[in-house]
Amino acid sequence: MTRRPILLAMLDGKGAIFLGVLAALAVLVPLSNLFLPETSPLHVPTYAVSLLGKYLSYALLALALDLVWGYCGILSLGHGAFFALGGYAMGMYLMRQIGPRGVYGHPVLPDFMVFLNWQELPWYWSGFDIFPFAALMVLAVPGLLALVFGWLAFRSRVTGVYLSIITQAMTFALMLAFFRNDMGLGGNNGLTDFKDILGFSVQAQGTRLALFVATVIALALGYGVARYMVTSTYGKVLIAIRDAESRTRFLGYRVEHYKLVAFTVSAMMAGVAGALYVPQVGIINPSEFSPANSIEAVVWVAVGGRGTLVGAALGAVVVNMAKSWLTGALPELWLFALGALFIVVTLYLPKGIVGTLAERREKRKATATAKTAGIAAEAAE
Amino acid sequence: MSRLLCLILALACGLFAAPVCAAPADTGDALLLIASGRFPDIEKGVALLARSGDARTQAIIEALRDGRLAVAADKRVVIEGANGSWSEAATGEALAEAPPSPKAVRLNNRIRRAVEAALGALTLMAPDAAARRQAAEAVFRSRDATALATLDEAIAREEVAGIRRLMGEARAAILLGDAGASDLQKIEAVDILATRADQDALALLRAAAAQGSPTVREAAEGAITAVERRLAVLSMLQNVWYGLSLGSVLLLAAIGLAITFGVMGIINMAHGEMVMIGAYTTFVIQELARTHAPGLFDWTLPLAIPMAFLVAALVGVAIERGIIRHLYGRPLETLLATWGVSLILQQTVRSLFGPTNREVGAPSYMAGAFDLGGLTITYGRLWIIVFSFAVFSALIVALKATSFGLKIRAVTQNRRMAASMGIRTSWVDTMAFALGSGIAGVAGVALSQIDNVSPNLGQSYIVDSFMVVVFGGVGNLWGTLVSALTLGIANKFLEPFAGAVLGKILLLVFLILFIQKRPRGLFALRGRAVEA
Amino acid sequence: MTSPTLTNTVLYLDGVSVTFDGFRAINKLSLAIAPGEMRAIIGPNGAGKTTMMDIITGKTRPDEGEVFFGGMIDLTMLDEAEIAALGIGRKFQKPTVFESHTVADNIRLALAGARSPFSALFGARNRIAEERIDAILSTVRLTEHRTRLAADLSHGQKQWLEIGMLLAQDPKLLLVDEPVAGMTDAETAETAHLLKEIAHEHSVVVVEHDMAFVRDLGCKVTVLHEGSVLAEGSIDAVSANERVIEVYLGR
Ligand SMILES: Nc1ncnc2c1ncn2[C@@H]1O[C@H](COP(=O)(O)OP(=O)(O)O)[C@@H](O)[C@H]1O
Ligand SMILES: [Mg+2]
Repeated sequence: MTRRPILLAMLDGKGAIFLGVLAALAVLVPLSNLFLPETSPLHVPTYAVSLLGKYLSYALLALALDLVWGYCGILSLGHGAFFALGGYAMGMYLMRQIGPRGVYGHPVLPDFMVFLNWQELPWYWSGFDIFPFAALMVLAVPGLLALVFGWLAFRSRVTGVYLSIITQAMTFALMLAFFRNDMGLGGNNGLTDFKDILGFSVQAQGTRLALFVATVIALALGYGVARYMVTSTYGKVLIAIRDAESRTRFLGYRVEHYKLVAFTVSAMMAGVAGALYVPQVGIINPSEFSPANSIEAVVWVAVGGRGTLVGAALGAVVVNMAKSWLTGALPELWLFALGALFIVVTLYLPKGIVGTLAERREKRKATATAKTAGIAAEAAE
Repeated sequence: MSRLLCLILALACGLFAAPVCAAPADTGDALLLIASGRFPDIEKGVALLARSGDARTQAIIEALRDGRLAVAADKRVVIEGANGSWSEAATGEALAEAPPSPKAVRLNNRIRRAVEAALGALTLMAPDAAARRQAAEAVFRSRDATALATLDEAIAREEVAGIRRLMGEARAAILLGDAGASDLQKIEAVDILATRADQDALALLRAAAAQGSPTVREAAEGAITAVERRLAVLSMLQNVWYGLSLGSVLLLAAIGLAITFGVMGIINMAHGEMVMIGAYTTFVIQELARTHAPGLFDWTLPLAIPMAFLVAALVGVAIERGIIRHLYGRPLETLLATWGVSLILQQTVRSLFGPTNREVGAPSYMAGAFDLGGLTITYGRLWIIVFSFAVFSALIVALKATSFGLKIRAVTQNRRMAASMGIRTSWVDTMAFALGSGIAGVAGVALSQIDNVSPNLGQSYIVDSFMVVVFGGVGNLWGTLVSALTLGIANKFLEPFAGAVLGKILLLVFLILFIQKRPRGLFALRGRAVEA
Repeated sequence: MTSPTLTNTVLYLDGVSVTFDGFRAINKLSLAIAPGEMRAIIGPNGAGKTTMMDIITGKTRPDEGEVFFGGMIDLTMLDEAEIAALGIGRKFQKPTVFESHTVADNIRLALAGARSPFSALFGARNRIAEERIDAILSTVRLTEHRTRLAADLSHGQKQWLEIGMLLAQDPKLLLVDEPVAGMTDAETAETAHLLKEIAHEHSVVVVEHDMAFVRDLGCKVTVLHEGSVLAEGSIDAVSANERVIEVYLGR
């Protein structure tokens, strides 16, 4: 009977704007790319469509991270691992789609396996030629890792900085593992030279537009899921855990279960983000696991404003646009800028862009109501 | 014809009673054989020469080894000297003009071995002890039966016990492979080789166990198990040693963190960059020494230690005052901000010194190695171990015995109380952070000796350092010591089974699981303070 | 195991000890609370009162001794959430409410009922009737603060909000640690009234220093000293006890 308020609460002002912007992007970008002449200033070239798609997949990763960090206080320095695992699952599907068109022309084996003199496909590659199976793995592999890792960590109450450090160790260990040729996932070079996805060439303009739209939809869905979670009582419990974990326990909540749900859902979202990233960028390699990547994602969330969801997505896009521009124009400045961003945001903008704006608006509203109250009081006299 | 007969006779002589037969006349025959150009004859010639006792022997054989022995068109054997001069091989007389079309005597591997053996036997009685030692080793390797007689004589004359033992081992090696030796001799040889107990001895014993008479075989098998056991112990010790050395590197990298993170609870992701700064300070000092005072090169490391401490500590002060101070009580924010600092420091160094590895040289005392009961100990590793323990002890003393240490402990245990006792807590924070950073800088001096000095140096240690501190128990310096050494040794023991990378992965996984079991580390403090 | 007192208690502690870094905070403590009973616990600072509550609620594991709830449930085997789910509620010495939630949401989270993530996402926990919240809020007199953030409440209001959360939990046993610390006299009297009301339906253990307040409660008193029971009885009997005067009340 009290369902309506929840749905209403889900769609607040900034959520509506966010979904509106996403809808506009999903419609306008393909239209501009297809129908505007290349000379038009409003024309979005195909490479830019993929670039935007990349930013939006990062936005989904940031959203996932915000769900655990912003609402549950779990600062994961290993979310890049879930992103990369999703990416690898997609990459394996794309590799199998190459079929006999590889350099060595082997009917089944990807080039790097032929190169390593492997005779047959390792067992964990089977099934990846079927898209639904690969899509399932995009969710299942990161989800399972998060489930196992989280179960161990939350059950024994590893929190705060310790948790951050072991998530970092996790992604570091995975990076080392994926660098090994014995893993059978392309070692150093990773997976690349993709040809088709679902029968369409990954290079084709239409495919790129479709991938972009798919990313927008995934981001909107991800937002919907996250928003539903944080506005439900579940979200209130998460916040309670973030602020006073042991108090929440004394109320009878199994904190580890709550964390585990958030962590696993978040990891699966990150996996989807990685899966959308790979075909648009054209490669996945072990450096995606590097701890620096994961921590960079944290700064996107911090810049946009943690605990706001919309802010996280915004932060990812803004920071990555700045990165693309700076690494092009003044490459040696990028790390200075990124480093400064970490410092400035934590010191001077702890709530991030969206959080600070929201706070300011609230303050203005409060002074406004105080003023009207004052006027009313005067009038009463 | 008569010459050939004589030659055969001489050969027979040589085999059974070399010294008696030694006469300069043999040199001529030997040279004839060598001039023949056929490999088997050349080999016989070398053996003959070796036994001749002629003063020219060494010069001739060395020339042969170096490819300077040649046969001229007129069948004279000549030696090519420096800058194109020639001399007669048999007499050593210089030739006024170059011989007609000299052709260098060719060697194959068999002959090369014979040459080595001959030279070995020759120098067995050299006046220089080092030369004798080398000769004994050469004979041990060649196991040339013809050297036996010389060897016996050399053993009788030898006065240095170590060399005599080596010669005895060489003799045993020869006898063991010699079909002519009696079982008694062979068993004696087995015993001698068993005391040598290295891979070479093992190989010889295995060969003996495979072919000798039953009694010899039995003795050899017994010796093999003994040697294998000893070798196993030795390889374990070697692993412990390598592990100790890796552990001391980890310790060096983690000590500073044990103060900033462990004692003060500040999570400093730029810790690795402090190490890097220390390494670059060493590099700069070496560059200065190279250009301005090359004689001081050996002093650069002792000089770099205080300088690196100072530079890193100053950077630490700047970070603490500028950033960390404003984030006390917010560990996750501190983590992010200091990560930003680490990026900036890396990029600064990259801009100043370039992205590639910089060469930091090793002073003379860091080079070389010595043998300790079968263990090879390099001076570089030894010094680093000594150094890291020295730094650790100095730190313990500083924290336990100085008033500054007392203040640090007071502030970390109860900040408000310490403040009300008149301790300037903010000053103590800064100084303690500077101390931790400075020690990281000092670690950089040591690491510059074993690792690539590049802007990424710090990155490769940050995960490890945190693992060490967390594994040992936060706030517990002794825990850090035990944990660094344990992890170092565990790593080295895993490597042979799993390979370096997989070993490291296994260790990380172990640590992740370990933290689940004991979230506060091996030697955790218990109490209310840590729960906050 | 089946000692006569055990079967008829809501809470039963026997021979409980706990040591921190060699310091014995609780020393062979034995205590029994009957169903529906209200008990006041007094004692000097550091006597181990809070630690005792930590043990009962699963925050601290005892080194030895037995802790039973309702005569048969061994609390030493359970964790905080399980113990809370059994029906043991706790109010902390330092008021701890969820600062970034509204007053109403604090109550909402505390209300008895399913507590699984699933139910909080899709089930009953996500559809708490507002009337239940209103009822509690009016009991603790916070109705007009319903939508304010808990962080903005005064100290006394936070104490009350926490008591309200306890009520919402509807536990069988309430552990209340120094509920009137920092309250005005009027507030203190009011709190005593409230607790007495609650005690009609629940067993309550109150830790307090304020002797006037304890007298107001008018229940059996246990004096704790150096981790074990020094005296037990009515407030008058205890106040007259030589040892209690010596170590706690002063002459
Ligand atoms: N987790 C802990 N670690 C160390 N000491 C503790 C811990 N909990 C309680 N103590 C010690 O146990 C003693 C009893 O404390 P407490 O139960 O808080 O006393 P009370 O509440 O009666 O004032 C105190 O000396 C306190 O320092
Ligand atoms: Mg207390």
